[in-house]
Amino acid sequence: MTQAKPSVITEEMRAAIGAEGPPAVLEVEKTNCRMYARSVGHTDPIFYDEAAAKGRGYRGIAAPPGFLGTPTFRPGGGSGAPGEAGGRNFSVPYKRILNGGTDYEYFPDAPDGDVICAGDTITARSSILSFEETEGSLGPMLITKRQTTYTNQNGKLVAKMDGTLIQY
Amino acid sequence: MAEQVYFEDIEVGAEIPQLKKNCSTQQLVLWAAGSGDFYQIHYDKDFAQKTGLPGLIVHGALKNAFLGQLLHDWAGENGQVRKFGCAYRGMDDPNQDILCRGVVTKKYQESGKNLVELDVWTEKPDGKKTSPGTALVALPSKS
Repeated sequence: MTQAKPSVITEEMRAAIGAEGPPAVLEVEKTNCRMYARSVGHTDPIFYDEAAAKGRGYRGIAAPPGFLGTPTFRPGGGSGAPGEAGGRNFSVPYKRILNGGTDYEYFPDAPDGDVICAGDTITARSSILSFEETEGSLGPMLITKRQTTYTNQNGKLVAKMDGTLIQY
Repeated sequence: MAEQVYFEDIEVGAEIPQLKKNCSTQQLVLWAAGSGDFYQIHYDKDFAQKTGLPGLIVHGALKNAFLGQLLHDWAGENGQVRKFGCAYRGMDDPNQDILCRGVVTKKYQESGKNLVELDVWTEKPDGKKTSPGTALVALPSKS
């Protein structure tokens, strides 16, 4: 950050760091698990076949890596995706958005954790970890890091996702 | 899926079996539906070019999911992918090979679990890494 260029990070944005946004509800359905797995090219039958998944100890068809459920669509509303508001709804002078990266963490056998299977209803809670300003090859950029925590219908922790959003 | 890999057989520095992908534009549309990401730069060439891109590009999250498959298939029936992820550093084009790779960087035991850390990435045919990341996998033991 230089003296010549004032920060795009407002007081409102600073105040939002660490605050949890409204929870989003995500449904994990058989068809979505299969569709996601098919679009990636997975070949493991636990993502397609209930008997195969149960035979391997899952409660139902397993959610493929990276699939954390489908947000509930409402006509006229947003997509309902968790963290949608995370950094995007602040007034910043940049028009373009890039997804900078995503890291997933799972808790399959933690005492308070579980795997994600078809039939689960997941509650996702997202909060902003940090705002950072840098100057890259694309010009000045605002980098927003956020973390989303996913718990299932039994209150078990099933995933955490760290995401990086780049606005420039 | 391949034969089960065991913690004892893993050496730091060893590469895991590679996974080769090559996305048709149809696969990008499948992924849009599968993931719920309908941003037009991935299936509408006119739209992509209007934003200044040379053409359609592969979704970063799809490449991340490819790394998820690479690790899931490697971990086998009795292994678990605990963590994985990557940065979206470079663009990949449809109809071009995307090689998914991983190298073991650390192995250790913790709370009775056999854990392996890896560097993972996708690379283009010229060797350029477009999605560098890391992963943590729990593997079964022979004992």
